[in-house]
Amino acid sequence: MSTLIRYVPIVIVFALWEIATRFGLVSRALVPDLGDVATAFWQLLTSGELLFNAARSLGRALSGLAAATAFGVVAGLLMATIRPVRLLVNPLVQVFYPMPKSALIPVVMVWFGLGDLSKIVLIFLGCILPVVVSTYNGARGVDHALVWSAASLGASRREILTEIVLPAAMPDILSGIRTALAFSFILMVSSEFILAKDGIGFLIATLGDGGAYAAMFACIFTVAGVGFGADRLFGLLMRHTLRWREQ
Amino acid sequence: MESSVGIDVRSVSHTYGARGGREIIALKGIDLAVRPNEFHALLGPSGCGKSTLLYLIGGFVPVQTGAITTARGPVTGPARERGIVFQNFALFPWKTVRENVLYGLEKLGLDRKAREQRAREFIELVHLDGFEDAHPSQLSGGMQQRTAIARTLAVDPEILLMDEPFGALDAQTRRVMQEELRAIWQRKQKTVVFVTHDVHEAVFLAERISIMSARPGRIEHVIDVRLDRKAGAEVMKSREFAELSEQIWELVRQQAIAATRGTV
Repeated sequence: MSTLIRYVPIVIVFALWEIATRFGLVSRALVPDLGDVATAFWQLLTSGELLFNAARSLGRALSGLAAATAFGVVAGLLMATIRPVRLLVNPLVQVFYPMPKSALIPVVMVWFGLGDLSKIVLIFLGCILPVVVSTYNGARGVDHALVWSAASLGASRREILTEIVLPAAMPDILSGIRTALAFSFILMVSSEFILAKDGIGFLIATLGDGGAYAAMFACIFTVAGVGFGADRLFGLLMRHTLRWREQ
Repeated sequence: MESSVGIDVRSVSHTYGARGGREIIALKGIDLAVRPNEFHALLGPSGCGKSTLLYLIGGFVPVQTGAITTARGPVTGPARERGIVFQNFALFPWKTVRENVLYGLEKLGLDRKAREQRAREFIELVHLDGFEDAHPSQLSGGMQQRTAIARTLAVDPEILLMDEPFGALDAQTRRVMQEELRAIWQRKQKTVVFVTHDVHEAVFLAERISIMSARPGRIEHVIDVRLDRKAGAEVMKSREFAELSEQIWELVRQQAIAATRGTV
């Protein structure tokens, strides 16, 4: 119940929206009636259009995120344990991190074409840095005493890395992946605005261009809802994985 | 396996130097001979380098000058013969008590049945039966340290290095743990190097005590603890215990004062 109460502000926003449109405080041409949005949503859903495009988008986001996680964790661990790797990669990370990855959309379009690959590469680039940085910080922050204990119990260097440093850094790694998950959604939609023939971002852009604002808002709410759901789901997964931390 | 060498520390000095920063001489010309199966305490003011010396013996920090030798030869890195117990327990928090104890046994290459059996044996030794499946976060400090001791002893190290192992525990738990450690040492016969700044703890546990100077750490005195141990923990109430503690405290106090003045 208390978790539901937390979302009351969202209900208030919808209520204000409804009041504004119903009493003509805003132009209906610009802000559609929530009832119209619901109708449009239902039509998009039953026609299969929404599910098809959402699935295409999710496929891209999750592919990019999965690749970023795999490479990012390995890179972060190597940075933390091997000095030359750290010296080589650290400046690249620092320069590349604050740069908005959407600036690369034209470049990946030229290099990887208009298909799925260009979007996956872009999402990969946007997601890998939070994973690298959080893995690196987590691995660097591992208590020496844990590593030394394992070494004195007979663990090899490789075993210490995979059996001690990796799980000890897991809370940081998972927070990094969670940040990356949000980035993947941002880049998924913004890349589909510009270079796609399908996907939820493509749908939003097309409907907007065509003046179908109710349908466009239906798609926007869908993206928001799916993004929120994915984040919550990841949070649950995180809590389950890290349940050893709880008293 | 009998040997006349427990741990032989010869002319060991150690300097911490931040690159471009100020160098700190932690240890200067340490000579220390720990006998096989001896319980040896390293006592000294904080910052005297006693933990550094322990980490050097453990092989966790590379020896810069001098040499450290055990019955197995020179120390060049961490090894199973030298187990360690830390003040902050250093348990693997994602593993249960049993999994923590099993970790070293897996590295030992024992088969599953032998591992489980041995883990059970050592969990019983430290009186943690019934808590095998608990995670460290669910345990009290004393229980966490018991787990750490079981984990270290399970792989049967010849040398047990202890870095203020009871420093994070409340006074009552500490007393119980001291008595139990003493009992375990008598049963298992290990060479123990025990770092502490608690004089009573050192006198109660150790057969010999090395008193270290303030930084740069040197060994100033080596004291034989000759007490009639038949009474067990009751020995702490005896006059000899009080007198010896007082005498040692005076020696440590001089170093502690020197440390705060920074004159030595």
